Amino acid sequence: MDVQTWTYIIVGFTFAIYIGIAIWSRAGSTKEFYVAGGGVSPLANGMATAADWMSAASFISMAGLVSFMGYDGTVYLMGWTGGYVLLALLLAPYLRKFGKFTVPDFIGDRYYSNLARTVAVICALFVSFTYVAGQMRGVGIVFARFLEVDINTGVIIGMCIVLIYAVLGGMKGITYTQVAQYCVLIFAYMVPAIFISLIMTGNPIPQLGFGSELSDGTYLLDKLDGLHQELGFAAYTTGKKTMIDLTFITAALMVGTAGLPHVIVRFFTVPRVKDARISAGYALIFIAILYTTAPAIAAFARTNLITTVQNKEYSSLPEWFANWETTGLIKFDDKNNDGIVNYVADAGTNELIIDPDIMVLANPEIAKLPNWVIALVAAGGLAAALSTAAGLLLVISTSIAHDLIKKQIAPDLSDKNQLWFARGAAVLAVIVAGYFGINPPGFVAAVVALAFGLAAASFFPAIIMGIFYKRMNKEGAIAGMIAGLGITLFYMMRYKLGWIGAPTTSADWWFGISPEGFGTAGMFVNFAVSLIVSRFTPAPPEEVQEMVESIRYPRGASGATHS
Amino acid sequence: MEDKWHKQYWQRNLRYLSILLIIWFLSSFGFGIFFVDTLNTVRLGGFKLGFWFAQQGSIYIFVVLIFLYVRWMNKLDKKYDVDEK
Repeated sequence: MDVQTWTYIIVGFTFAIYIGIAIWSRAGSTKEFYVAGGGVSPLANGMATAADWMSAASFISMAGLVSFMGYDGTVYLMGWTGGYVLLALLLAPYLRKFGKFTVPDFIGDRYYSNLARTVAVICALFVSFTYVAGQMRGVGIVFARFLEVDINTGVIIGMCIVLIYAVLGGMKGITYTQVAQYCVLIFAYMVPAIFISLIMTGNPIPQLGFGSELSDGTYLLDKLDGLHQELGFAAYTTGKKTMIDLTFITAALMVGTAGLPHVIVRFFTVPRVKDARISAGYALIFIAILYTTAPAIAAFARTNLITTVQNKEYSSLPEWFANWETTGLIKFDDKNNDGIVNYVADAGTNELIIDPDIMVLANPEIAKLPNWVIALVAAGGLAAALSTAAGLLLVISTSIAHDLIKKQIAPDLSDKNQLWFARGAAVLAVIVAGYFGINPPGFVAAVVALAFGLAAASFFPAIIMGIFYKRMNKEGAIAGMIAGLGITLFYMMRYKLGWIGAPTTSADWWFGISPEGFGTAGMFVNFAVSLIVSRFTPAPPEEVQEMVESIRYPRGASGATHS
Repeated sequence: MEDKWHKQYWQRNLRYLSILLIIWFLSSFGFGIFFVDTLNTVRLGGFKLGFWFAQQGSIYIFVVLIFLYVRWMNKLDKKYDVDEK
């Protein structure tokens, strides 16, 4: 069977499963809609968190980026896993003990202020919309290449699927579809990786194959370093970013991970504090399987790509090359008209431009794997994009229905009516997300990386100080969040998006910190401003201090004085 | 009495956190970024050691850290009688 038939079968089958689960686990109350009734087992929550977390960027773009960045790609690998240590140690158990529905709930109650709550809602919406834009673009890419439909049609199909299970099932539906989506995506990621590792190094475990010898007796990484240097690129295992930039980007991604509302909210869905701790551990294991495989795939794909195309006749290239050319993600420009592909670092003579986004998707074709594997990768990419999109849409809808409408505008709203508002908000969010998918801003991982900076600069400090520093008051926290978010946004608009002032280059960056890493600086600004402002303003009321005390101990009702 | 007991529990928790976060910082930022060039002079099979920490080792250590914390805290919760029934 050809790739397309296989793709229709596998994608259709997985979509049917997702919708089936959604119908089986639809939400009947707001508690089920927001936090799946608080009764998810830690293992299921770990899997759901992993799927929620691993987005189109992780599945589709990351190995590709690492493959083009070499050692510099480390920022994504460490950055997107290290945050779970912070989450498990510093946030998840305490927020579970606090036991409400959302991050703005915590900020609003802890800082006894609706203004703080509103600032948190705005941050949550901002981060989630930035992030969801990336997912929809991922769905578009997969559909365009594998189902040979128009990107826009692909985005709309994806929207409809998410709509069905997010609107119907709420957090409960999302949780169990995410468990299924994790299984699909990890299977789809590992099968080609194991195949390729076997073919290239004879070792079926990609993490080990990564450090093994190729059939010609040289180590994979040494060979790759050699190829890179031959073509004028920086050696694969050293990279070219400065140490300060690497540090700041990695930290921004780690802290941002721990501050992302759609990840944090998953820890409200387990029954107990100890479940929150362990389920962060499970989540990281499930994530680590993919994240330790990704750099191996990156190195395999890079070696394969260079040896397949460099210095080869254009007319003799394999079929996948032409397939991807039609999507515009590979561009070949025969500058010296010799009919031979010249792929080098020097922009003047380089004839080939490859979008990093396609590396994972094209990898099975480059390695000549069977058609069903290629189709499986398409289903995996869709699972990754849809699961993350659904998690984000739920945060958006909860923020609007619970944090804005129920908590601030109409406190008397009945549970049933609130559920309708939540569903309405979810529909609205899907439509906005679809708009971003059809008019995508830049490529997936770059956009997503900005969302982390914003989360790092806004939520993380406010939550940490809310738990570990009783004296932190509302004035400090609000000033800190606004300052952190403000300066980070400014920096991104100035140096990344170019919306403010004259065009800039990397030479203009403050201390050599790139916009992706500036969230770390924003976080420090947030901490500093909060601490200074809180010194000069009154301490929080007694009952808030008691609440902080009570969330530090697993036993006892939350919010009450400790018993 | 109870306040003192709670305080002790919290102090122990903070101590565990500092120990684990120091390891966390060393294995990622330390070995993977700051000292990567030095470690790269050592080889682990086909890997340069610094590169291995950056793209593999740090992630394994993260997993171990979380499970260590879970173990320590479950014990601590029981000892100070603040665990959930």
